[in-house]
Amino acid sequence: MDHKTQLPAHLHDIRKRVEGYAREYGLDFFDTIFEVLNFDEINMVAAYGGFPNRYPHWRFGMDYERLSKGYEYGLSKIYEMVINNDPSYAYLLESNMDVDQKLVMAHVYGHVDFFKNNFMFRHTNRKMMDQMANHATRVRRYQDKLGVELVEDFIDRCLSLENLIDYQSPYVKRRPDHPEEEGERKVAKGFKTEREYMREFINPPEYLAAEQKRLDEEAARKRKFPERPERDVLLFLLEHAPLERWEHDVLSIIREEAYYFAPQGQTKIMNEGWATYWHSKIMTQKALDASEIIDYADHHSGTLATHPGQLNPYKLGVELWRDIEDRWNKGRFGKEYDDCDSFVERKHWDKRLGLGREKIFEVRKHYNDVTFIDEFLTLEFVLDQRLFTYGYNDKHQRWEVLEREFKKVKEKLLHMLTNFGQPLIAVEDGNFDNRGELLVVHKHDGVDLKLDYARDTLKHLQSLWRRPVNLVSRIEGRGTLFRYDGKEHSDRRVEL
Amino acid sequence: MTLKIKQDHARFRDIVRGRIKRNLKKYVQKGEMIGKKGKDFITIPVPTIDIPHFRFGERSQGGVGQGDGEPGDPLSPSDGQQGSGQAGQGEGQHILEVDVSLEELADILGEELALPRIQPKGKDRIVATKLKYTGVSPAGPESLRHFKRTYKQALRRQIASGSYNWRKPVIVPVREDRRYRSWRQVPLPETNAVVIYMMDVSGSMGDEQKEIVRIESFWIDTWLRKHYKGLESRYIIHDAVAREVDRDTFFHTRESGGTMISSAYKLALEMIESEYAPGSWNVYPFHFSDGDNWSADDTRLCVDLLQNRILPAVNLFAYGQVESPYGSGQFIKDLKDAIGARDNVALSEIADKDGIYGSIKTFLGTGN
Repeated sequence: MDHKTQLPAHLHDIRKRVEGYAREYGLDFFDTIFEVLNFDEINMVAAYGGFPNRYPHWRFGMDYERLSKGYEYGLSKIYEMVINNDPSYAYLLESNMDVDQKLVMAHVYGHVDFFKNNFMFRHTNRKMMDQMANHATRVRRYQDKLGVELVEDFIDRCLSLENLIDYQSPYVKRRPDHPEEEGERKVAKGFKTEREYMREFINPPEYLAAEQKRLDEEAARKRKFPERPERDVLLFLLEHAPLERWEHDVLSIIREEAYYFAPQGQTKIMNEGWATYWHSKIMTQKALDASEIIDYADHHSGTLATHPGQLNPYKLGVELWRDIEDRWNKGRFGKEYDDCDSFVERKHWDKRLGLGREKIFEVRKHYNDVTFIDEFLTLEFVLDQRLFTYGYNDKHQRWEVLEREFKKVKEKLLHMLTNFGQPLIAVEDGNFDNRGELLVVHKHDGVDLKLDYARDTLKHLQSLWRRPVNLVSRIEGRGTLFRYDGKEHSDRRVEL
Repeated sequence: MTLKIKQDHARFRDIVRGRIKRNLKKYVQKGEMIGKKGKDFITIPVPTIDIPHFRFGERSQGGVGQGDGEPGDPLSPSDGQQGSGQAGQGEGQHILEVDVSLEELADILGEELALPRIQPKGKDRIVATKLKYTGVSPAGPESLRHFKRTYKQALRRQIASGSYNWRKPVIVPVREDRRYRSWRQVPLPETNAVVIYMMDVSGSMGDEQKEIVRIESFWIDTWLRKHYKGLESRYIIHDAVAREVDRDTFFHTRESGGTMISSAYKLALEMIESEYAPGSWNVYPFHFSDGDNWSADDTRLCVDLLQNRILPAVNLFAYGQVESPYGSGQFIKDLKDAIGARDNVALSEIADKDGIYGSIKTFLGTGN
């Protein structure tokens, strides 16, 4: 489909060609509108997270400065940017060579195919472009009415809590559709029986007592507030904190945007890998001219470069996709393959199944980074890609390579990806100690919280909840309750 | 088009400088990028503000990497989390810091001290002219002949007179066809300025005193440079006699001997009168001393020179008295009595390095 597009004629031609190739390969994407921007504009759009318009906030300025300085000193340059929207918008840097634009377009079609088809994005707002502009207008209006400082300070506090959302909630039903009415105390009746004389035997008193206790406990749990720990802390605050109307609106904006961006963080490796896989396929097999090969190779290898202390999602992703395709082409999966002990046999295993392409299209639909790594990161792959874990050695005062063992690497990687690399924190009680205080609990999984940050965040939480707030976590192996009452911090030991 | 984000950016800069929202100041982190400028490595500061979140402690976390290395091998210093270690040792590479530009520095200075913009003296009077080619005329020197226009004119004439043959297109310009570039003189208002730094290098001025002068003159330079395109700096040192020196010598000379301030003023006056005609120059004499002059007679001579000759010719005369254990500090009192009321005089006493701040404000706060 043709759009009214600002693309210059030659880029327009390139776009049509690349789009054609992408469709031939079976990619299925939203309409994609490309815009050509100069470096200043592209830095701005990048700072805004890909959108041309966001609410006013200094942190966008911060990102803008970093991007601009990087560009000015020739250290970094944004090649590609695309947003999950229907139609999708993607940006090209004016000064790039045509071969780069080609590469970017191929890469972008990979991303858009992923946005459209991966299950993690199914719940995202595909009209986010409009929604973001809408958010900007709302926040601006509040700032005009109430003052820049007041609104911005509130946004700062909300952003501090931004990660306290339930990353799984769009995919699971957490609450019943029809909450039960509260009623009178339920009395245990036991099993029904017509025969009076049998009653004692069918429902012995001990059984009735136990049953009664169970019912009472259930009722007690229901009286608890929230009924079960609420991972979506922001939602809890929206529903129960004494916020003013504008505060409620701003917080809901922050929450909505956090949910919109979350799937991109949760599929980073897959998504970047997928786009890289397709740009390299489209470029090398179809789109490249002979004269462009050197530049292409240079920039492609730049994207895939690895540094010891950093994991390059492009590299890890594309290698995994290729590995999966290869394994399913050769049939290197399933019981027979897994049970094979011979290294040589495994190495030369090839059943010529040719299922690779089909498999990767299926995987791009139903997985996210966690399940992707969990299922497809194999021992051979870890060895082949020379992956290792690293950590800080207190004795030597430096970062060191720790292990190369497959299990440890996979475990660490999964841990980094679970819950987005964020601590699991949930509201346990909205009426703690029966004093209207808030209790949030950190589910400790081996790594302590950064304490100074936790205290400051607690302060921000308190400013929204108004009443004192408490955080329970484990620090250096011991259960600790941190409390901020609006004036000062205190902490005490607790049993976990 | 100004971008929307410039507002956000300005706000961010203000936070980093601590002008607004001081509650965020403690989250400002000094990030940096390493760049290359010619052969030198440079670090480009990119401050970031890290809004606190519930998050894991960094050191207890670690991660997964890719590449060479056996268990126990260190990751190279630049890898991993930033700010995780000391700077590499013995790298043999010179890392310069590119901080804010001087222009930006001057802005910060101006904002901090609430300095008024300088009104250059006699802006309208100081005029340079520039030639600008604005059109063509039928008369002029051959060197400015406009070939294309001449050719066109000749072609036009030949076609009109019927002597043009398209089979044999020969064009012969005659005298009347010739066209010349013509020019106009455009007046360019220009603001030139000269700073004359004078320093007492007599035995009583120690290294600390000179350091103060050096710092202060740097800031004055920066500020004035923001306002004047062509700023010249001249340096005079004096003890009992004065002489002109280059910048380097100015800051590093240590002489001993007595002090005759009038000698410096005489030299400065000579300089102004011969090279910087007050009509076309903004002149800024700055004098630093510990305030210990040789004799009352010499002080009288100084006051006389200032009152009758120097002050009428300059935008601002500034005298900074650096406190030293030896100086009597009498000079500033004498000046204050004699000329303290004139509005192009700024006098300040600088007790120590912390005093520089206030002194700059006194000097540059006049807006002259």
